[in-house]
Amino acid sequence: MPRLIKNGAIVEDQWQPLNPDNDGPASSLQILSLAQWLALDAKSGQAVQLEPGETPDPLFEHLAEIPLVAVHFPAFMDGRGFSYARELRERGYRGELRACGQFLRDQMTYLHRVGFDAFQMADESELGEALASLDDFSEHYQAAIDEPLPLFRRRG
Amino acid sequence: MYVYDEYDQTIVDQRVTQFRGQTERFLAGKLSDGEFLPLRLQNGLYIQRLAPMLRVAVPYGLLNSTQLRKLAEITRTFDKGYAHISTRQNIQLNWPRLEEVPDILEHLASVQMHAIQTSGNCIRNTTTDQYAGVATDELEDPRPYCEIIRQWSTLHPEFAFLPRKFKIAVCGTTEDRAAIHAHDIGVELVANTSDEIGFKILAGGGLGRTPVIGAVICEWLEKKHLLTYLEAILRVYNQYGRRDNKYKARIKILVKAMGVDAFREAVEQEWAALKDGPTTLTTQEIERAKTFFTEPAYLTLDDSVAHSALKSQTDADPVFANWVKRNTEDHRVVGYRIVNLSLKATGFAPGDITDTQLEVVADLADRYAFGEIRTTHQQNLVLADVQMDALYPLWQQLQKVGLATANNGYLTDMICCPGGDYCSLANAKSIPVAEAIQSRFSDLDYLYDLGPIELNISGCMNACGHHHIGHIGILGVDKKGEEFYQVCLGGSQAKDASIAKILGPSFKQEDMPDVIEKILGIYLELRTEDETFLDAYRRVGIAPFKERVYAKAH
Repeated sequence: MPRLIKNGAIVEDQWQPLNPDNDGPASSLQILSLAQWLALDAKSGQAVQLEPGETPDPLFEHLAEIPLVAVHFPAFMDGRGFSYARELRERGYRGELRACGQFLRDQMTYLHRVGFDAFQMADESELGEALASLDDFSEHYQAAIDEPLPLFRRRG
Repeated sequence: MYVYDEYDQTIVDQRVTQFRGQTERFLAGKLSDGEFLPLRLQNGLYIQRLAPMLRVAVPYGLLNSTQLRKLAEITRTFDKGYAHISTRQNIQLNWPRLEEVPDILEHLASVQMHAIQTSGNCIRNTTTDQYAGVATDELEDPRPYCEIIRQWSTLHPEFAFLPRKFKIAVCGTTEDRAAIHAHDIGVELVANTSDEIGFKILAGGGLGRTPVIGAVICEWLEKKHLLTYLEAILRVYNQYGRRDNKYKARIKILVKAMGVDAFREAVEQEWAALKDGPTTLTTQEIERAKTFFTEPAYLTLDDSVAHSALKSQTDADPVFANWVKRNTEDHRVVGYRIVNLSLKATGFAPGDITDTQLEVVADLADRYAFGEIRTTHQQNLVLADVQMDALYPLWQQLQKVGLATANNGYLTDMICCPGGDYCSLANAKSIPVAEAIQSRFSDLDYLYDLGPIELNISGCMNACGHHHIGHIGILGVDKKGEEFYQVCLGGSQAKDASIAKILGPSFKQEDMPDVIEKILGIYLELRTEDETFLDAYRRVGIAPFKERVYAKAH
């Protein structure tokens, strides 16, 4: 079973990865593409994956019923997913928010700060180092999802 | 100036540790070139034509003498004994060794300096007026807001992988010395109709391949909303800026494509969700930032005594008198002047400064200018607070180290990128062209007769030398493997900003001094009394220049 980092630990993935060609009835643990998810009549309990360019807007009215939103990074330089994550969290999304694809361990702090709590890397052998990278920085200037107050409101 | 507390120091130190790890992984083959590239760029490290280049951040151009001495030491220990001031007020080292860069960063961190976000597709060093806090035409000191923006933008988790680089400039004066119209975001301190000072926000300006003057997207913004508003702009850009073509990825292209009104609407919509949130500035934070930019211990001086003492010195020494006239400016405080140190002596690459010069300037700053130095986007240095009776000894010591060239604001005080001699992006060399022009126009009387002229040279379309906004702009182009130079006229970086127009077909390098001489000759003939080059150009247009520069010799 594939592994990933979730809530600060390396765990096995319970979800089936995206299969964009599958147009049969979705299994309850299948991650769906945005198109597949939009086509569902009953969306409750269904996981969805966003690609760059697919803004999270259509998800906003269903946030309470989505257990997992995966945000795909096909290239680590494409930073749209950072804004998608933050938009989702700021609008109250509380479920699993997963980064998947080609991001680097060097981006872990940023990903975590904008609200991702699960990290699925292209190369699973890097999970241990990526987990360690979550501790690269102990202080931050900005308000973000992990720290709702900017440093200027916390400075002694 | 701003002083780090333990929070700032921790962040910078942890970034050094992180970068050391990244460098080690790269050298051990665990990070590919493609992966290391953006990571090193976000820490100011380029791999250039001959060696790496490290761009050190100088937040809004402010340095103290300790930092200057450290930079001198770094250039001696890790480089070839000189540094270069960039057009974004940063300091570049041209010859560091990749494996030593983490050590250089550690040295920098020991004097509260870093190279964070001096390159890469992220928010870059915020720039401002080199005369901030001392200018006579200042509404309010922009530096506290620059520092607030610096902290907000440093390692911002959402905006580290933008479609392209992102530059912010702030100004608080009548005359714009920060080129805010040529930035992704320009911030100007302005008063509203009830005399409350807030910010005018411009967006979508920029140079590069497609030069654009920024558009006003907010006429007046209450100070406390500065960061949430910037965040809204960045969020729109991060989501909708183009990523398919790097030449169309800057925010200016997005603003043009959407139209200013639609862009403003998208920003306002994002802002509605962020406005009044935790990132809203507190009065306490604005006041805290201001405490770092208070007045130094100025003496109460008598204006007429100071002037008559200076007059007797200038009367006795015409060379000194000329330097005072050309390179010093009026100061807000009686008995003080602003001093420009020219890094544009003929025979030296524009903006370069040696380790010895750095140390001399540090000593002079301690003795005469409260230990503070500024870098300028014109690639010079400024001592902002010099007592008038110290000008003479200061000038004498500057002369000894070649820093008293009296050409501030004149033709030979040109902006010039490192060009093909160093930069791997360049299509053509820029330094030899600058030198050839400086040599041709070394006669100071002729220079002064020409009046203020900004001549800007870029070695490629990326426009680091700001050629689009020079009164005279020169752009290096590649034609079938040969270096040629395109000339454009009529650009301006001031409040009346304009983009220069291309004169016509490009020229060979050896012809450039003749071409510039022709252009200047035409100006001298056409000008009315006291008309500057830019004013004359705006009156007559490009036609007479074009006609006569390209006229066949009879």
